[in-house]
Amino acid sequence: METVNLTIDKKQLVVNKGITILEAAKGMGVQIPTLCHMKLDDLNIENRPGGCRVCVVEVEGRKNLAPACCTEVQDGMVINTHNMRVINARRTVVELILSDHPFDCLVCAKSGNCELQDMAHNLGIREIHYQGEQSTYREDTSPAIIRDVDKCIMCRRCEMMCNEVQTVGVLSAINRGFNSVVAPAFEMNLDHSVCTYCGQCVAVCPTGALTEVDETAKVIRALSDPEKTVIVQTAPAVRAALGEEFGMEPGTLVTGKLVSSLKRLGFDHVFDTDFAADLTIMEEGTELLGRLNKFLGGDKSVKLPILTSCCPAWVKFFEHQFSSLKDIPSTARSPQQMFGSIAKTYFADKLGIKRENLVVVSIMPCVAKKYERGRDEFKVNGNPDVDHVLTTRELAALIKLSNIDFNSLPNDDFDQPLGESTGAAVIFGTTGGVIEAAIRTAYEIQTGKELPRLDFEELRGMEGIRKATIDFNGLPVNIGIAHGLGNARKLLEDIQSGKSEFHAIEIMSCPGGCIGGGGQPYHHGNAEILKKRQKAIYLEDKNKTLRKSHENPYIKKLYEEFLGNPMSEKAHHLLHTEYFDRTK
Amino acid sequence: MLILIQLVLNPLTNDQLTNDKNLKIMPKIKLSENTIQIIKDACKQFDNKESELINVLHAVQGKLGYLPAEVQEIIASELNMSVAKIYGVVTFYSFFTMIPQGEFPISICMGTACYVRGAEQVLAELKRRLKIEVGQTTPDGKFSLSSLRCVGACGLAPVVMVGEKVYGRVSPQQIKEIIEEYQEEKAC
Repeated sequence: METVNLTIDKKQLVVNKGITILEAAKGMGVQIPTLCHMKLDDLNIENRPGGCRVCVVEVEGRKNLAPACCTEVQDGMVINTHNMRVINARRTVVELILSDHPFDCLVCAKSGNCELQDMAHNLGIREIHYQGEQSTYREDTSPAIIRDVDKCIMCRRCEMMCNEVQTVGVLSAINRGFNSVVAPAFEMNLDHSVCTYCGQCVAVCPTGALTEVDETAKVIRALSDPEKTVIVQTAPAVRAALGEEFGMEPGTLVTGKLVSSLKRLGFDHVFDTDFAADLTIMEEGTELLGRLNKFLGGDKSVKLPILTSCCPAWVKFFEHQFSSLKDIPSTARSPQQMFGSIAKTYFADKLGIKRENLVVVSIMPCVAKKYERGRDEFKVNGNPDVDHVLTTRELAALIKLSNIDFNSLPNDDFDQPLGESTGAAVIFGTTGGVIEAAIRTAYEIQTGKELPRLDFEELRGMEGIRKATIDFNGLPVNIGIAHGLGNARKLLEDIQSGKSEFHAIEIMSCPGGCIGGGGQPYHHGNAEILKKRQKAIYLEDKNKTLRKSHENPYIKKLYEEFLGNPMSEKAHHLLHTEYFDRTK
Repeated sequence: MLILIQLVLNPLTNDQLTNDKNLKIMPKIKLSENTIQIIKDACKQFDNKESELINVLHAVQGKLGYLPAEVQEIIASELNMSVAKIYGVVTFYSFFTMIPQGEFPISICMGTACYVRGAEQVLAELKRRLKIEVGQTTPDGKFSLSSLRCVGACGLAPVVMVGEKVYGRVSPQQIKEIIEEYQEEKAC
């Protein structure tokens, strides 16, 4: 590797050729501030429009200041990152951004998590010397995401996520100059667009321009209603991230404290979406084997590969963009919706109450789950199977406003019968986890033999598209995995052109899977956080006594008492769904 | 429906289109097979390449006069790109318009020479007679009004163009006559 010698802040260093001043500085412990720039290492995600000019530095011998994020290092460069001229320029840039930004920090949903607020603080800005027109634009509220474009600083991170990473193509910069905004085509609202509500725009927005729809007030109201029995389910990825909101190290598992806090909040029963994830495996795994065996038996009409269907953003994506393939995904509902359906039938019956008096709350790492719960097919006489969805962030806010000192909470266990789960369910929270869980069960059902190993390292990791062939006792099963909808698109195009070799494909919309969901604590561009959460998920799996979904005793009981067999008529009615053509 | 009626009575300007505080719902236009073919041909002329978007938009607007949402959607599917990106380009360049042009597009030069020789009064008279603002089209679809900067005929200032025809040294008093010329043309 060729190297160059340069000087940054009077310190000499040798770095690889081709890197930027920003990267070189970072390597020696100099954090040049950035606003528009964001890079998620190992996920091939980078936003570098060079637009905000906050990262300007002085390169001696050059007339103008250079943006550190898009200036390559050159031999002999002498760079100052914090002299008078640089600080003045940087402050001016931020003051100008602030002069066209609402001054409602105290009541902004992003307060405390806002990169612009941090920037103003770190630069010591105490006064804004510029006054001028402020751009105003209507607020756009959808079932999951709120766009408050007045707070947009045109960093274009959301646009990059929506177009380059997710290839959904809803957001684009429109108009010119002062009138520029990031908006959907024809400035329609999100709910008229092909938005999947994956929430990756929310996950990377540095300010309060993109936030989730806040449902905490609705949950507080339900909890205070004496007429209602309020139960809660928590998705697997929440336990690996919630601690971050309370100052814990990323990757700290807080399952016990999470349960404890939910009980203190007043939920009547604290259950686990993981239970429904085990149920999903029973249904989806059985469906996979059914299709696979028919195919092997020579039935060429059978549709393969089977695609997972746990992710609501992915479901909406193929309904809009690949509706010709809508027969391919598993018909199994997502764990959230399976849980809601079982809760409002099986569990409501057990309690002897009407479904209208049972309120089901979900804690999800996801904003698309807010949209999913509102879909008409998941309602019975207008009553939804899941009533409210809180993101991991909203739960943290609810815990804080309820005077609960999270860090000092004791560990507690989930309630039964909908709180028991296996390690297979926990790994639903990361890319590769759903298909690994499915294999653990499908293998044993198909071969009648015990799995020789439980950890399928070949399915794990952060590569955008992964492939592996799993030996089902002599039968090779080709597995594909994609996370990020742009990667999913590549696999779908192969299926459309008849090139796909896979028998089963797992798709998750968010980079990293649910651990990187749009409702998780903000990663602020640090991909290490996602890796630590992933590690925590696999650790939780390892610590479980039961690690295969079909061994979950309460799942067995549910089939005995209520559902009969996987794919039975009752199971079909309660646990499966259909997909719609949304191309027009 | 209400919006449709309003649109007919009171055509939207480009400015209103982009700054409207309320949700904008565009009236749906049904494109004829022939029009769709024209758009597809224009895309094909540039090998359906995303990088040729601006050329495609020029070609299509040249044929159709404007670029309504439905047209942009077809271009998006032909060039295999997102319609949001196309809308971004259409709204960035002032040359592109989503408002249908009148049968007789009227342009008035507001360049320095024309301006100092009374273009403003001429424009006021045009607006008064046609009952539309700059960027609008008359409800009968006959005239649209736009202003431009310098057509290179400063000696004839102030200059008004109707289609390709140039009128020089125009006074407000002449406007009535000019408009009538085209109204009669339709009557024949």
